[in-house]
This record gives sequence, C-alpha cells and structure tokens, in this order.
Amino acid sequence: MLSRPLFRFVRDDRRINFMRGRHMGLIVSAVLSIASVILFFEPGLKLGLDFRGGVVVEAQTPAVADFGQLRTALEHAGIHPDTVQAFGSPRDVRISISAPQGADREAQTQKLVDGVKNAITQAVPGTQVLRADAVGASVSSELFRDGLLALGFSLAMILIYIWFRFEREFAISAVVTLILDLTKTIGFLAITRFEFDLVMVAALLTILGYSTNDKVVVYDRIRENLRKYRTMPLRELLDLSINETLNRTLGTSMTVFLAALPLALFGGSTLTGFATVMLFGIVVGTSSSIFIAAPLLLLMGEKRLRREVPMTSQD
Amino acid sequence: MVPTIFPTCPNPPRTSRHVMMYYSRLRLLGVAGICLIGVLLCLPNFLNAPSSSLPWRQVHLGLDLRGGSYLLLQLDIQSLEHDRLQSLQDQARQALLDKSLGYRDFQHDDKSASLSFAARSDAELASDLEAMKALPAAVPGEFTVAQKDGRIVLALQHDAMLARAREAVAQSIEIVRRRIDATGAIDPSIAREGDDRIVVELPGVSDPERIKTLLGTTAKLTFRLLAANPNEAGPGATMLDDEETHGKLAVQDHVDVDGTALTNAGAVIDEQTGGWAVTFKLNSAGAQSFANVTRTNVGKRFAIVLDNKVIEAPNIISPITAGSGQITGGFDARSASDLALLLRAGALPAPLSVIEQRTIGPSLGAASIHAGVISLGVGFLLVVVFMVLFYGRFGLYADVALFANLILMLAILSLFQATLTLPGMAGMLLTLGMAVDANILINERIREEVKRGRAPLQALQAGFERATSTIIDSNATAFLAHVMLFVFGTGPVRNFALTITIGIITTLFTTLVLSRVLVVRWYALARPKELPV
Repeated sequence: MLSRPLFRFVRDDRRINFMRGRHMGLIVSAVLSIASVILFFEPGLKLGLDFRGGVVVEAQTPAVADFGQLRTALEHAGIHPDTVQAFGSPRDVRISISAPQGADREAQTQKLVDGVKNAITQAVPGTQVLRADAVGASVSSELFRDGLLALGFSLAMILIYIWFRFEREFAISAVVTLILDLTKTIGFLAITRFEFDLVMVAALLTILGYSTNDKVVVYDRIRENLRKYRTMPLRELLDLSINETLNRTLGTSMTVFLAALPLALFGGSTLTGFATVMLFGIVVGTSSSIFIAAPLLLLMGEKRLRREVPMTSQD
Repeated sequence: MVPTIFPTCPNPPRTSRHVMMYYSRLRLLGVAGICLIGVLLCLPNFLNAPSSSLPWRQVHLGLDLRGGSYLLLQLDIQSLEHDRLQSLQDQARQALLDKSLGYRDFQHDDKSASLSFAARSDAELASDLEAMKALPAAVPGEFTVAQKDGRIVLALQHDAMLARAREAVAQSIEIVRRRIDATGAIDPSIAREGDDRIVVELPGVSDPERIKTLLGTTAKLTFRLLAANPNEAGPGATMLDDEETHGKLAVQDHVDVDGTALTNAGAVIDEQTGGWAVTFKLNSAGAQSFANVTRTNVGKRFAIVLDNKVIEAPNIISPITAGSGQITGGFDARSASDLALLLRAGALPAPLSVIEQRTIGPSLGAASIHAGVISLGVGFLLVVVFMVLFYGRFGLYADVALFANLILMLAILSLFQATLTLPGMAGMLLTLGMAVDANILINERIREEVKRGRAPLQALQAGFERATSTIIDSNATAFLAHVMLFVFGTGPVRNFALTITIGIITTLFTTLVLSRVLVVRWYALARPKELPV
C-alpha cells in the first residue's frame, strides 16, 4: 500500500495555462487590496484589549445568562459597560469596558475589574469568573508600540533576506506580492471584526513568513528554468515552472492548512481568531505565488530577467 | 561516480558534490541517541520523579493554562523624587546652617524635580553654590547645582533617578516576595521588568484582590509629634488626613521613629476595647529614640502615621521605654492582620501601583489545556494521514520524523524549563505543519528525477541535494522573522515566537538528518528497483 502515493493534486504532465489568467489575477488582487485599505480606514480594525486598554471580564453563570440583569447590576454598582455579550455557550458572558479617562485612570482601571467581578458574582450567585483582565492606558499604548515594532523589525528581516536572496527584479515582485498579501489579510481582519491584538500580530507575521517561503520555491524554479531553457518564451517558462512546483505548493499549503484548522475549530476564544486569519493567509499566500508573483515577473519583461540571471552552461 | 552503499562503511568516501548516501554506525547511533535523549527529556512531563536526585525538568504551564493571576506593578518614580527632594532639602538646610549661611524662601517643585532657595545676599551666592556642590550625592551625578536670578537651584537628574528607581525596584521585589509569601500563595514568580516595573505571577490565584491591596500599600510607618497648632500647617509641619476623625491634622515633618526600627508586629484583640489592634516591637535603637521622645513630650500628642495618613494620635501619658506598643485604629480581624503582615514585611521604598492585571480562572485554564491538546492531536493526525496518502512510504518516514520533531521540541522546552502557553502550543502545531514542507520538497524533487529517467539512487541523491538549499532558505526566513518577534514581542507573542524558533531548529534536524537516514537505510536494506514516489 505504501509503495506508491494514493493521491496527487495534479497529474505530473498536466500543464495549466496560468499566465492566461494573469491580468484577471492582478486586477482581482488590486481591487481586493484597495478595498482592504479602505476597510482599514473605515470601519477600521477592532482593537483588542491589549491595544485599546480597559477591562474585559468573562464569566460563566450557573444558568442561561440574563444580560439585562447583569447590566442592571453593573449600572447599580456605578459601572457602565460598553458591551455585555454572549460568547461560546449561552451561559458565557463577556463584559467589556473601555479604559477610563482622567488623571487617576490607571488606578480606576484596576478598581473597575474588581468592581465588575463583585457586582456580577453578587447579582448572580454561583457565577464563575473565567477571565478578568485590566490593561492600563500606559501599558496598552506600549503594547501597541511594541507590537508594531516587532512586526516592523520582522518584516524588515524578511525584506533584507529577499533582497540578498534574489536578483532585483525578483525581489521587487516578491515585495509587491507580500504587500498585497498583507493588505488583504488586514482587510479580512476588518471585515470579520476579529480583535486585533498581540496574538494577531504573530498571525500576520507567520502568514508573511509562509508566503515568502512559497515565493522562494516558485522563484527558485523559475531561475533554474531560465538557465535551462534559454530560448523558451518567458510566458511559457513561467507556466512550466508553476506547473512543476504545483504539487509541492498545494501540498505544503495543505499541511499548514490542516495544522491550523483544528486551532480554528477547537482553539477556544484566544485562538479562533488567530487560526481563522492564518487559514485565510495561507489561501492568499498560496494563490499569490501563482497568480501575482509570477505574472509580475512577466510584466517586468523577459530581457531584464534573462539579463539578471547569469548564463552558465549546464544540462 | 556512484558511491556504493554499505550500511556500516568504515571509511565512507566523501565528495563535496554529493549528498551523503551512507551513514556510518557511529552516525546512526548519534541520530538514534539524539532521539532517545529527546524522549528521556520529555519523560518528566508525564511521570513523577522516581528519585529526588534525578534532574527532573518539566515544561512550565503558562498562567493561561494553569489558571492564575498576572500583575504588572509600576514603581512611582515621582514619589521617589519627592522623597529625595525632601531629604535633599533637609541636607541643604543643615549644610547652610553649618556654614552659617543664610537662606530665604525654600521651594520645592515636584514637576521639575528641583528645589531652590534665595541667598541672603548676593555676596553669599558663591559660598552657597560651593556648599551645595559639596552635598553628598546618593549616586554619582544625582543632582546639578546652578545659580539663576539670585537663587540657587538643585535639580535631580533623570538618569540618576532611574538608577535609584532600579535600586528601589530591587528592594521592592524582596518586600513584595515577603508579602506574597505571607499570604500563602504557592509558587509565585516575581521579577523585574525594565527600569521601574515588577511582574508578579501567581499560579492558582484566581482572585488577586487581596494581594493587589497588599501590594498597593506602601506601609511606610512613622511616629511623629503633632505640630504646635494641630489645625494649621506651619513651617516644618504638614496637614495629613486623620483616619480617626476623618478630618485633618498638622503633623511635624520630622520623623522621630520609623517602621525600619520594627522587629515584629502582630494582630491582637485589645483587652480594653475588645476591638482588634496591632502590636509592634522596636529594635534597641528604635526603643531608645521612642523612650527619649515620649519622655520629653509627656502630655503631647504622638501621631502614628501610615502612608501619610494618621491612624491615631494618642496623648503621651507616660514615657514608653519598653520598646513595644499597640496601634488601635478601628481595625477588624482582616485589616489588623494585614497591617501586621505589611509591617513585618517592611515598607516599600516607593508606592507600587498595578497597571495591568490578567486573571484566568481555573476552569478556563483547564478548558484551554484541553483545547490546546485536542488541536495539537487532531492537527498532528491530519498532517500524518495526509502525508501517507500523498507520499506513501516516504510520507510515513516524514511522519516518523514529524513525531520526533514534536518530541524534540518538548524536550528542548523541558530542558530549559521554558513556559508553554496556548499561543505556544499553536506555534508547535504550525511548526509541524511547516516542517513537512521539507519532506514534500524532497519527495517532489525525487519524483521529478525519476520521471526524467534517473536510476533510484541518483534520483534520491539529486532530490536531497537540490532540495537542501531550498529547505535551509525557507527556514532561515522564518527563523529570522521569529527571532525578531521574540526579541521585540511581549507576552503571548514571545512564547509563540519561542516555540516556533525552537521548532525550526528541530525541524532542520528531523528533515535534513532523521528522515533522510530513514530513507537511506530503507534503500540500503531493500535495494528497490523503483522508488515509491
């Protein structure tokens, strides 16, 4: 049974004419990315507790949660929650309060979290507090800065790596493709309203790393073929390279997808958003290798590419 | 040249162009040894230590998995500056008196962290400046002395204050530890963060309210006489809140005895009133000063001040020479024992305030472990099945390597007794998903070579050779990016980046070495005419 693989994604001799769809691919990608940039400004990202500061208390009531009762109990204690909403089961309730303003706001934030806990456990006896987080304004702005710094530095490392790894034309196309990937993922975040927090920064970065990896493999094959088939028209050569690496591209994206899937299904409130964004990023990263990164090379033009790749005689 | 394959070739011929297709017995033992060590290092996570002498290192579960509280405390540098300005002012006055120089209009400004005074006459300015420059600094370059518009200005320097803050944080950590230990919290972790912060992690503490209150109290106890007119702040006296009457009392700034002289404190029931009280005992120097003050001030009121609030201000009826006393101030059982605890543990050098709190209840922690383990298990299984279906025998070898990868990741985390959080588990799972990329690359390459009509051996060789640089490449990118994420990230991101970084290292071993060994050994034993690709 093990003597031979049971399945393949595509037959080895299959030659799909990807370049025929190149304009379509670029246009769709550009439209999606522009839409994403618009979504980034309006309605914008929903910041998580890490970045916006404030108080979030998650609790489980003994019976089905009565939001009205909880809200009244909170108001009675002088606390004005932004949202009191269900999450997970109907017994689970999530209370979210934005950071108080004023001079004494750090101490106020800390008082709020204890106030909320006391108010709801008194109003509904037997309520279990699952999570109680309070993030002061100074901390949240620092976390935001650190998160962006981490993202920025990691991105810089990826770009430097690409710059050293590829000749100029390849590097430019790779970076453009990554930017398109990143904007789409941010647009996805804006639409789905998943909270943008520290864990999400990690998701964005992992997606970029994965996407870069995918481009490296496809570009490597293109370079190899540029040397090998010196007279083959570029368009044909790109198609050949994509087709040759297609099983690998789909295989790897499949395994990463399969690894992230259970996180999205069973990961709980912390990881569902993270994993869903990962899944989206894997699809985007994989398709951009085929439909964006390679057509961009075609736009750059055959002459420039062939000049970039040294003509060593082999094979 | 085609190297012949013997499983135990004593001196394998080496060529730089070809990937190794034979493994000496030593090498094989080495690879097996690493895997075995990995398994052994993982054991402590699943078994109890058979003997206490064995190093039994486990992965620590993060607070999000075991439940507990995380508190980030900020040291109040301004209060530190304020206190220092106060003492600097005393020093300056004393120095001027000693040199019989006059001064007018002492002002101290907390905003600019400076203090200034006017010279008696312009003629004395130079000597004033001289005297101020001669004042001892607690740390080098602590303050600058300047002359401005006929006034002498002493300004605290930010860098020096940061140095003092670091010192204060070090002291505070000790006191915070004593206070937390006194509450009976199990296995707390208390560590410095940055210049002026302390991170406290309390596993299993799902209601940190009491600890927050304890840590939020500076517990600076002082005994001072009331001012001549207790209703008005005069020179050398300040109005303080009176807890007894909820009014205000003018208390002298001069401290006669302070909390550092305390040797013990305890909560007791006051025999006269039947309420709760806190008794204290002073060391000999403290007892001596206490006796002196009470002897010379019989009939006056002596204020017991805690954190700039007057707890009580009893009349001194007779000299107290025993070096012990009692504070009564409307305590209940809890507040009396908490105050005794705070006094025993000592005062904080500056107030601490909680600026971030994260608490995970025990049930959510258990649910998160469950979620993490289920995800890891299901994800692993999906990848394993996929690899067998799509890559047959070589897929199975990739799966063996994948399992070894999981073991080695856990082994390294255990070795360093690292913390594992839910995002960390996600990092492990994603590593597993990415790891088989190397096997896929190799297999696809071997398959291509076979299609091109190469013999099995050459196809294997070419496959390994050509895929290696791509594998190292793609792992290098991810490695760099996640090291950056680890260095600059905070909280959950760090753990995620850590497990991925460790995972990349183990992936290089399991894919470039282990799964290759498996394939090569199989080839050497089976000598197939065709490869299962």
